[in-house]
Amino acid sequence: MAEKVLMKGNEALAEAAIAAGCRHFFGYPITPQTEVAAYMSKRMPKIGGTYLQAESEVAAINMVYGASSAGMRVMTSSSSPGISLKSEGISYLAGADLPALIINVQRGGPGLGGIQPSQSDYWQATRATGHGDFHILVFAPSTVQEMVDLVSEAFDLGDQYRMPAMILSDGMLGQMMEPVVLPEASDKPLPEKPWATNGTRGGRPHNIINSLYITPAELEQLVFERFKKYDEIKEKHQKAECYLTDDAEIVVVAYGASSRIARSAVNTAREQGIKAGLIRPITLWPFPDKAIKAAVPTAKQILCVEMSMGQMVDDVRLAVNGAKPVSFYGRTGGVIPTPAEVLDQIKKLGGVE
Amino acid sequence: MSKSLNVLFAGFGGQGILFAGKVMAYAGLFDGKELSWLPSYGPEMRGGTCNCSVCLSDEAIGSPLVVNPDVLVAMNLPSLDKFVDAVVPGGSIFLDSSIIDKKVERDDISVYYVPATKLAEENGIKGLANIVLLGKMLKELEFATGESIEKSVRKCVPAKKAAMVDFNLKAIEIGRAQ
Repeated sequence: MAEKVLMKGNEALAEAAIAAGCRHFFGYPITPQTEVAAYMSKRMPKIGGTYLQAESEVAAINMVYGASSAGMRVMTSSSSPGISLKSEGISYLAGADLPALIINVQRGGPGLGGIQPSQSDYWQATRATGHGDFHILVFAPSTVQEMVDLVSEAFDLGDQYRMPAMILSDGMLGQMMEPVVLPEASDKPLPEKPWATNGTRGGRPHNIINSLYITPAELEQLVFERFKKYDEIKEKHQKAECYLTDDAEIVVVAYGASSRIARSAVNTAREQGIKAGLIRPITLWPFPDKAIKAAVPTAKQILCVEMSMGQMVDDVRLAVNGAKPVSFYGRTGGVIPTPAEVLDQIKKLGGVE
Repeated sequence: MSKSLNVLFAGFGGQGILFAGKVMAYAGLFDGKELSWLPSYGPEMRGGTCNCSVCLSDEAIGSPLVVNPDVLVAMNLPSLDKFVDAVVPGGSIFLDSSIIDKKVERDDISVYYVPATKLAEENGIKGLANIVLLGKMLKELEFATGESIEKSVRKCVPAKKAAMVDFNLKAIEIGRAQ
């Protein structure tokens, strides 16, 4: 087995992207994401890749558009305010059916907000990373190892479905170090991209990458086709971890950093005789509603825990569809909830105290 | 050592708070433990207070943020004042008594007063008070094997500063002798 090393989430993520064959990185510095770019700036030149610090986030995402159009495996990374700036470009990527990996190491918002960890960009990631009728794939790792493991999956699924993918991290996961086994550099060739504008070599018709469709019927048809693709993804690619949910009466739902805190609270609740369990969405889009629905029969109460004022809780409520009460607990602005706070909520719902 | 140990290292930026945490974390890795290392980050790191949470456990780590430490390593007075009441009953504090001229008033925890900065200076390893404190912590809590600590020091000291390895190992020994 490969050696376990200690790495920050941000650095491990960058190394995993390189191992997955990414050779083009365009970015702009912002806390708490900067280690991703710093790592890329050191590594990319040594392996014949491109590291480019653009003049702005807007420029960086449009460079991503260009590289992806040419069929390259490409990524950018930023933190919350920077993702807002990139949102126009992400919409264009989606409208031109271009794959790309976008990293959001979330911090508190809105506005410049703060620089401490947050999960308040859930709505943005899953509902509106830009204008128009579209979705992107959204992955939510909860450990440094999972961050690494999800990178190649995000690239591969993005390529397969020709759509942008996002890893929704946060300042805690980005800054913390944990033991991680880095993936071996992949020797499998990257998928063919016959649609790419990488030169006809006189042998094929011109490819066109474009997101402008003036005729409503044509645009509608294209969006219909995209949504068929989205339906297939919802069917095939939902991912969640179910922890102690088989007999759980109180089902906690949490992702990313807050799921780690929720898991500690669930463990303590179990020690105190409360049947608590945790569902941890790993894909946020597609949202793992099948896992939530499967936990509804035994559940008496469902508790969503986030580092926000309550965003994913909307999707939890949609999945539960009124069958059981859903409540919410969160801290925001860069404040990290403690396991004790979450345990208090579990106890209240369990009628203990 | 109990099945999990949550440690908070705190002091000024530049005292090697993050480095001491990293040496502890890597030692845990070599001992086959689960672990996490989480730094404070932000503008307060420039000359202001700085801290770092390290968790070692036999089980997967939940929250990597240590709110109520089993062990506080305090390298300046503001850090001691800020975190002294957060230490769990039965926990311990290791403080640099050459910088912190104050006695801890709690009687439900163990407090180790180590003149770490002075010891480091006297032994020609100025700047390694952090590792002296870590050495004392190793002696009292045995959070890692001696072999793992040595491996960790060799891993954590960057290749460009290889000469520092021996100084760090010396700092561990000085701490252990206290």
